[in-house]
Amino acid sequence: MSEMRRITYREAVREALREALSRDERVFLMGEDVGAYGGAYACSLGLLEEFGPERIRNTPLAESGFVGAGIGAAMNGMRPIVEIMTINFSLLALDQIVNNAATIRHMSGGQFSVPLVIRMATGAGRQLAAQHSHSFECWFAHIPGIRVVAPALVADARGMLPAALADPDPVVIMEHATLYNVEGEVPADGELAVDLDRAAIRREGTDATIVTYSANVMKALAAAEALAGEAIDCEVIDLRSLRPIDDATILASVRKTHRAVVVDEGWRSVGIAAEISARIQEQAFFDLDAPVERVCSVEVPIPYPSHLEQAAIPQPETIAAAVRRTLRR
Amino acid sequence: MIDFAMPSLGADMDAGTLVEWFIKPGDAVRRGDIIALVETQKGAIEIEVFQDGRLGDIKVGPGERVPVGTVLATILEPGETVPSPAAETPPSAVEEAAPPAPLSPRPPMPQLEAERAVPAAAPGEAAATRPRITPAARRQAAEKGIDLATVSPGAEGVIGLAEIAAVAAIKPAPAGETRARRPGIDLGEMRKAIAAAMSRSHRDIPHYWVSQTIDLTALFAWLEAENAKRSTAERLLYAAPLIKAVALALKERPELNGHYGEAGFVPAERVHLGIATALRGGGLVAPALHDADSIGLEELMTRLADLIPRARAGRLRSSELSDASATFSNLGEGTSEAIMPLIYPPQVAIVGCGAATLRPFVVGGKVEARRLLTVTVAGDHRVSDGRRASQFLARLDALLQKPEAL
Amino acid sequence: MTDTELMDLVRKTLFDVAPDLEGEELEARETFHDQFEIDSMDFLNFVIGLAKATGVEIPESDYPRLQTPAGAVAYLRANWAAAST
Repeated sequence: MSEMRRITYREAVREALREALSRDERVFLMGEDVGAYGGAYACSLGLLEEFGPERIRNTPLAESGFVGAGIGAAMNGMRPIVEIMTINFSLLALDQIVNNAATIRHMSGGQFSVPLVIRMATGAGRQLAAQHSHSFECWFAHIPGIRVVAPALVADARGMLPAALADPDPVVIMEHATLYNVEGEVPADGELAVDLDRAAIRREGTDATIVTYSANVMKALAAAEALAGEAIDCEVIDLRSLRPIDDATILASVRKTHRAVVVDEGWRSVGIAAEISARIQEQAFFDLDAPVERVCSVEVPIPYPSHLEQAAIPQPETIAAAVRRTLRR
Repeated sequence: MIDFAMPSLGADMDAGTLVEWFIKPGDAVRRGDIIALVETQKGAIEIEVFQDGRLGDIKVGPGERVPVGTVLATILEPGETVPSPAAETPPSAVEEAAPPAPLSPRPPMPQLEAERAVPAAAPGEAAATRPRITPAARRQAAEKGIDLATVSPGAEGVIGLAEIAAVAAIKPAPAGETRARRPGIDLGEMRKAIAAAMSRSHRDIPHYWVSQTIDLTALFAWLEAENAKRSTAERLLYAAPLIKAVALALKERPELNGHYGEAGFVPAERVHLGIATALRGGGLVAPALHDADSIGLEELMTRLADLIPRARAGRLRSSELSDASATFSNLGEGTSEAIMPLIYPPQVAIVGCGAATLRPFVVGGKVEARRLLTVTVAGDHRVSDGRRASQFLARLDALLQKPEAL
Repeated sequence: MTDTELMDLVRKTLFDVAPDLEGEELEARETFHDQFEIDSMDFLNFVIGLAKATGVEIPESDYPRLQTPAGAVAYLRANWAAAST
């Protein structure tokens, strides 16, 4: 085991960007204010000075245009990293992502690939109101032809970018905006072997499985900690990848605990939690000792006032209550 | 035509096995006749009929285990004739009226019985009344050979892994190992029934308990004098005046005598006192002593002398298992001073007595050795409060001081 | 009646009162209560049964002498003679 060091999630993203830019001349970063301003969440702060305006490129406020440019560059041999300020704005680029990035390998019979990485900030909790705070992960996870990952831990924020760049197909990295200041451990040296396909068990337990991803992994761990005091032993699964979904890890856990709670900051209707719940019921029905519970955001546009915003999204208390329901306590 | 259905002989009974028919189709029946024998967790129970008429068709034969509510036979009312084959209801309609039959021609699986272990419901209500058994519980019960009909639901009326584990823990030793076996009673099954009823009681009923120590010196003196005058067969046990007094006091406190069901509390019009009877080798059954408040002590003794041995032998009647409006539990022999009993649902009170022993008691400002009985009433807070039980105990005390009036 | 016959009568009367005990072995010097959890109701029925079978009137004050099978046999032997003369 190599030595560990503590850095923030933001620093992990920046380190990963710097490493990618240093190792491979085909890599460049583009997005709104990624240059002198250092990006909306300061992930690229200092990179302009280090790598110059050719490789750290500010774009106009035109998501469809610059994502399309990234797709073209990728098809022509470059390894672009495109930053979209928030997932709400990514909707302007959906046509490029869905109709071009995701389809070209298939429509060209494998002649072209799109080795593009798109990073975007997601989620609520920073009082940025309804146009900057949503969780549309399920919109992307719905689409065959792209890969969608959501690093929850700092080590994943550090390791998933090089793994995404190594993938020959488009990869969307969802970075929850509340995580950038979170500190965590990463290996001090050596390879960051990060498998993009597999979910990870962040806490082992025997009584109930909490399946979640991104910032809610931390809330699920807090709920599990609280429930441990009630002699309820939770297993917490960090999905890591939202497309593909690692069924094997989820099902193995549910077969052990017989109870599942899915936590998703997206809205309940037709979302990731619905998908996970359906998969559990399709493949582990006879192992279930309670209906699968979902803890999702209230179905309103995310409110601006802090107390309402917090009330609208999953919390450790609501997660713990759902776990208790599965145990009929 | 009246349906004669498998009766529910207590809150914990889901199903029973028909052992024997005592009459055949066409035979006349009168209200109160015993017409069949059914094997339950409480032994072989003689089933009574509740109307006059004649036995029509027998629908369930000996050896068949069926859920409570299943039609066992039809009873033709006086004047009604056996329908001629031509006039008979078409078979399809008969099937619709009968409880849902499994689609498979094979005998029903225990799980299917459990699903149907509720009174036949209208089709639209089927989903609401189907037992809530989790898939994991179903599988585990099948693996462990546990009959789901014997598993008592837990919180929210659900049978889950926890409920299966509880039954598995008390599951009797497998065949081959010796265990107590009494005629008509399987003590392992009875323990399950007690566990189910008492778990439900402990979970659902907000109990309170109120105790009072009653001086029985006068009653024992009266009893001794009485018994000296009586032949062996006419002697009284102190339980007889005690039961009578309890029944009379209950009659005056309707909040302690009745049943709590889905519609809330329904007071009982009569006092049918369940007499908790311990079985040798373990186990407990509380058959009803009907109208305990209105019969004389001699009649009460005769009935007790008949009821208790039958309870122990597993030969009770259906009305005795389903009619009790409150329960009386007497430790009797032994030296334990008090008991804190649990109510037998859906009843709302139980009266528990310790042993009647010589203990110090203050009489006229002085401590004396007296024959004392500690009586504890467990009541249901959904129906009454401790004040009512306290009033009941005061009345019981007063009644027991004048045994000659009982 | 011999003691063996009296013991058979005690056994039969007990089994009539408590059919669930049918076939059990009786320990002569142990109380019915300790051996078989016989309670006051069983005991009263047992005494009634003995009185009916033998014609011996058994007052309540004599109950303590019939607490064991051997005691019951001895009591019947002593009192039957008196009853039949």
